[in-house]
Amino acid sequence: MIEGARWRRWVYFYIPLGVFVFVLLFPFYWMMVTTVRPDNELYRPWMAPNYTPFWTLHPTLDHIKFLLNETLFNTWMLNTLIISIAATVISLFCGLLAGYALSRLKFPLAGGLGTGIFVTYLVPQTLLFIPLADIIRNFRLGDTPWSLILTYPTFLIPFCTWLLMGYFKAIPKELEECARIDGATRWKAMLYIIFPIAVPGILSAGIFAFTLSWNEFIYALVFLSSPEEKTVPVGVTSELIRGDVFFWGPLMAGALLGSIPVALIYSFFVEHYVAGLTGSVKG
Amino acid sequence: MPGHFVGLRVFAALANDSIFKTAVWNTFVYTGVTTVFKLALGLWLALLLNRHFRGKAVTRAFVLLPFIIPTVLSTFAWKWMFDPTFSVINWSLFRLGLIHGRINWLSDPTLAMVSVMIVNVWRGVPFYAISLLAGLQTINPELHEAAAIDGARPWQRFWHVTWPLLLPVTMVVVLFSIIQTFADFQLVYVLTGGGPANSTQLFSTYAYQIGVGTGLLSQGAAISLAMFPVLLIVVIVQLLYIRRVETH
Repeated sequence: MIEGARWRRWVYFYIPLGVFVFVLLFPFYWMMVTTVRPDNELYRPWMAPNYTPFWTLHPTLDHIKFLLNETLFNTWMLNTLIISIAATVISLFCGLLAGYALSRLKFPLAGGLGTGIFVTYLVPQTLLFIPLADIIRNFRLGDTPWSLILTYPTFLIPFCTWLLMGYFKAIPKELEECARIDGATRWKAMLYIIFPIAVPGILSAGIFAFTLSWNEFIYALVFLSSPEEKTVPVGVTSELIRGDVFFWGPLMAGALLGSIPVALIYSFFVEHYVAGLTGSVKG
Repeated sequence: MPGHFVGLRVFAALANDSIFKTAVWNTFVYTGVTTVFKLALGLWLALLLNRHFRGKAVTRAFVLLPFIIPTVLSTFAWKWMFDPTFSVINWSLFRLGLIHGRINWLSDPTLAMVSVMIVNVWRGVPFYAISLLAGLQTINPELHEAAAIDGARPWQRFWHVTWPLLLPVTMVVVLFSIIQTFADFQLVYVLTGGGPANSTQLFSTYAYQIGVGTGLLSQGAAISLAMFPVLLIVVIVQLLYIRRVETH
């Protein structure tokens, strides 16, 4: 803690922290205010004398109603949910087996493969979207949920594998060896001894993979074209803007509602998120 | 549709593309400037969060929100805040007496780049802060106490105790973030689409524009593949660094 007078504490601690929190959270507050602001207030120039930026006296649910009734928002939510869950399950399954193998089994090139996984995980999506678009077209998967369910694992599997490798390495080998001596097969030892201990890691990998899928943008933008197939980020971006006209009320409502699933999961699993975050950058 | 091998012809064509050169320059500036700010502010925030205070857990949870919420969606909130006619930012600056007319955040070439950078820093600071905070928490507080007893001032304690011990984590976070920023797409796509007049065009947005917008798949692929050498160097540095830290 800062020693000395009370004002020093304010200057060096409370004020800077307050400014950080304010700036980091203000855009979300702005989203909420805009969502409930009636149109006549929404399109009032900031130079107007009765411009009230930080609150509204006539909150309305019109934008949310418009979003839910007049657009395909519900469909986008459902699409995103299905795609995210499917991609997460596939990636977690592969990541568990691969992570276990790379951290426990001794085979030639195990170290090299581990590094390879790490490098693959670092390859950004923007490097791959055009070649993948070509592959998707060749398999005639364009404009279907499969185009995303099958491509998201390209970055989720390396991520899950890398994260879980770290967790498995931290579990003492002796635990497994005891089970083996008592007659368990390697498969059983993995299933009944190692995986239950690694549950926090599995949870971290799972919710992080889910969030990454929910937030993914460029693949969804390139691979999907019909409005009813889109995911939330792409649907909000492309269907709530007509030419140069932005429907700001519904747009902000969409941004707000589209963030809720991720925010909810986050609020339940903050510690796992932080563990996933710090684990994912660790070497 | 089988293609035929054209060697490096597509890449050679890029060398004469002035927009491509602009995109390369922009990407380096964008990555460089935002990384410096993200590191400085992120470290500051991490140091603040490393203290003991009431509501620490809640503050930490809220601070990470910009990183968790889908980037495209939060960027729309920024786009609305930057709107020249309805901007709350303009209103605030005007009320504080800092400006006298309106500022066209996204339609002025220089300001557009500044705006894009602001949003990127906003999104990235929580990631730096939380990762560095995890690093800070592994530093034994007794080292600080020992330094304080020996008469080290707070700044000296940071510079000679905290910073060297935090360096391995910092390096990994920075390299990781450089890769992400260098390949950034969604934020720029939503805010400016690479405009005005290509002033915020990056590798990824230009690749998208050419590869998907214009339908020239091979040219687009060449543009995004041109990122590869830079990313490869960063990855190699990262791997060498991790190995060095592990062997020590």
